[in-house]
Amino acid sequence: MVAGIRTRDLRKVYTSAPPVGAGTGGFSFGAPKAKAKQPKPQIVALDGISLDILPGEIFCLLGPNGAGKSTTVGVLTTRVRPTAGQAFIGDHDVWQEQVAVKRLIGVVAQRPNLDFSLTAREILTFHGAYFGLSSHERAKRAEALLERFKLTDRADQMVRGFSGGMMQRLSIARAMMHDPQVLFLDEPSAGLDPQTRLLLWEIVREYNQSGKTILLTTHNMEEADALCKRLAIIDHGRVIALGTPQELKTSVPGGYLLRLRFGLHSPDFLKLLQGLAGVREVRANDSNGADLYADRGGSLVAEVASLASTAGVELCDVHISEPSLENLFLHHTGRSLRE
Amino acid sequence: MNWKAFFAMLARDAHVARRNFVALLFQTFLQPLMFVFIFGRVMVGSGYMPPSYKSLLLPGIMAICMVGTGIWAVAMPLIAEFQFTREIEDRLLAPMEISWLAIEKVVAGTLQALAAGFMVIPAAWLLLRPGVGLNVPHPLLFALVAVLVALFSATGGLALGCSMQQTHIGLMFSLIVAPMIFFGCTYYPWSALDKFPILQKAVLVNPLVYASEGLRGTMVPQFPHLPMTAVIIGLVFFNALLLFVGLRNFHGKSVT
Repeated sequence: MVAGIRTRDLRKVYTSAPPVGAGTGGFSFGAPKAKAKQPKPQIVALDGISLDILPGEIFCLLGPNGAGKSTTVGVLTTRVRPTAGQAFIGDHDVWQEQVAVKRLIGVVAQRPNLDFSLTAREILTFHGAYFGLSSHERAKRAEALLERFKLTDRADQMVRGFSGGMMQRLSIARAMMHDPQVLFLDEPSAGLDPQTRLLLWEIVREYNQSGKTILLTTHNMEEADALCKRLAIIDHGRVIALGTPQELKTSVPGGYLLRLRFGLHSPDFLKLLQGLAGVREVRANDSNGADLYADRGGSLVAEVASLASTAGVELCDVHISEPSLENLFLHHTGRSLRE
Repeated sequence: MNWKAFFAMLARDAHVARRNFVALLFQTFLQPLMFVFIFGRVMVGSGYMPPSYKSLLLPGIMAICMVGTGIWAVAMPLIAEFQFTREIEDRLLAPMEISWLAIEKVVAGTLQALAAGFMVIPAAWLLLRPGVGLNVPHPLLFALVAVLVALFSATGGLALGCSMQQTHIGLMFSLIVAPMIFFGCTYYPWSALDKFPILQKAVLVNPLVYASEGLRGTMVPQFPHLPMTAVIIGLVFFNALLLFVGLRNFHGKSVT
């Protein structure tokens, strides 16, 4: 049975300790001394995330750093205790039935967390042993995965000397070693060269075709677009858009985005821009910038320039984006994913 | 309980220990054996120490080796794996309750401490002889004490390893391990503190006192030592306390 993923109103609030400079983070044996009570800083990482990821789907969480992607993965993989809400892998409640959930999932963390005391092959075979595979099966699968991830020639070396890309490939191979029903990949292509990224995409698609569910986080829109059947855009711990990449892209008014920069503009001038044919929405982003959502791109530039010249406004910069997830993110948050 | 995963992790620890065997050997035995040579051979040979000191010293050295090995074997990997390298994550995600991973670490540390304890006896004996009066009238009691001491070293390692930041490793040795050894009745019997009554009472909070006195009482019972009942109660109490604290902190580190 292939398992899906379900979350209901997931919330996570981190209460981190004050920094060392504040006086309580140093070395102490007993309970911290009672000082004037300061409220603990609260960081809301997840603010009511509800998702239904279907069995056999490649689903992507897209968002900037700190949006809550890794915390969502942490909750779904038993490593982060949610403050409120529920999470399920298949029919199993992640918090109540941790062992059953751990049997179903494979996890690739954002940072390599390989066992530095072992060789690449041993990392795979011991991982297989933790999941109860027979020694014959372990050896066979390890060999196949090392081959698939192009690591065979370094298989019997300690991983301490591996490059970042090799460690990442081995982490993914390890997560696949016990053939999990649900695979979590937290920013899998960060730090990979383009060639290895393509290899990774190919492997992810292939794994999905064998009927497995994949949840992938990324802040790379190209990756989300290339791989995912559906995706959720999250920011500040909330889902701000959900759908197929195509649906989401067409949900941006017009699709095209012209980011304009002027010497100085006025609200009246923005109204004039709004009146141009094909322009759906105009947003001022500061005193001299404006985002113009429209159903055409380059052909608008001449009209904008002529309008600006007539109104005595200096046009300094124009950037045209074709319909993309980046435009969608910008439309919802007013910020670029890369900011 | 998933015993397959548990034993696979034990096999992983054994594999790593085997790979690092020579380094472990030097790390565990070099310093205690140099101490044995200087105090048991040079000082006794030159007449600054009485010959009976040789027999008195051996159980204390065994306690130091066992406790050092257990703490090192459990605490150091935990500190590194939880903080810097996050290596432990793969095992936390194995299909097993996470407390059992902590218990696996304790079992591995206990076995290593026992191995260290039983390897240091012949080594120290060879360095000290002649004149070591080892006398084990109750082998089973000796075995029980040895297991409790090894367990104490591993539970202590778990509690320390899950309480310390990586930046505090140096402090851990200078503020905890070193005072524990010097005030742990390792180089002298507890009765030698008769002239320091306050200190004599205070050191009873140091579990190493029960470890060295227990080994002394079972290996060289001709010397004064704490009653064996007190030793057993002390060791069982500290083992339970350290295991409790260690498991609680292990959970705290494993799940955010």
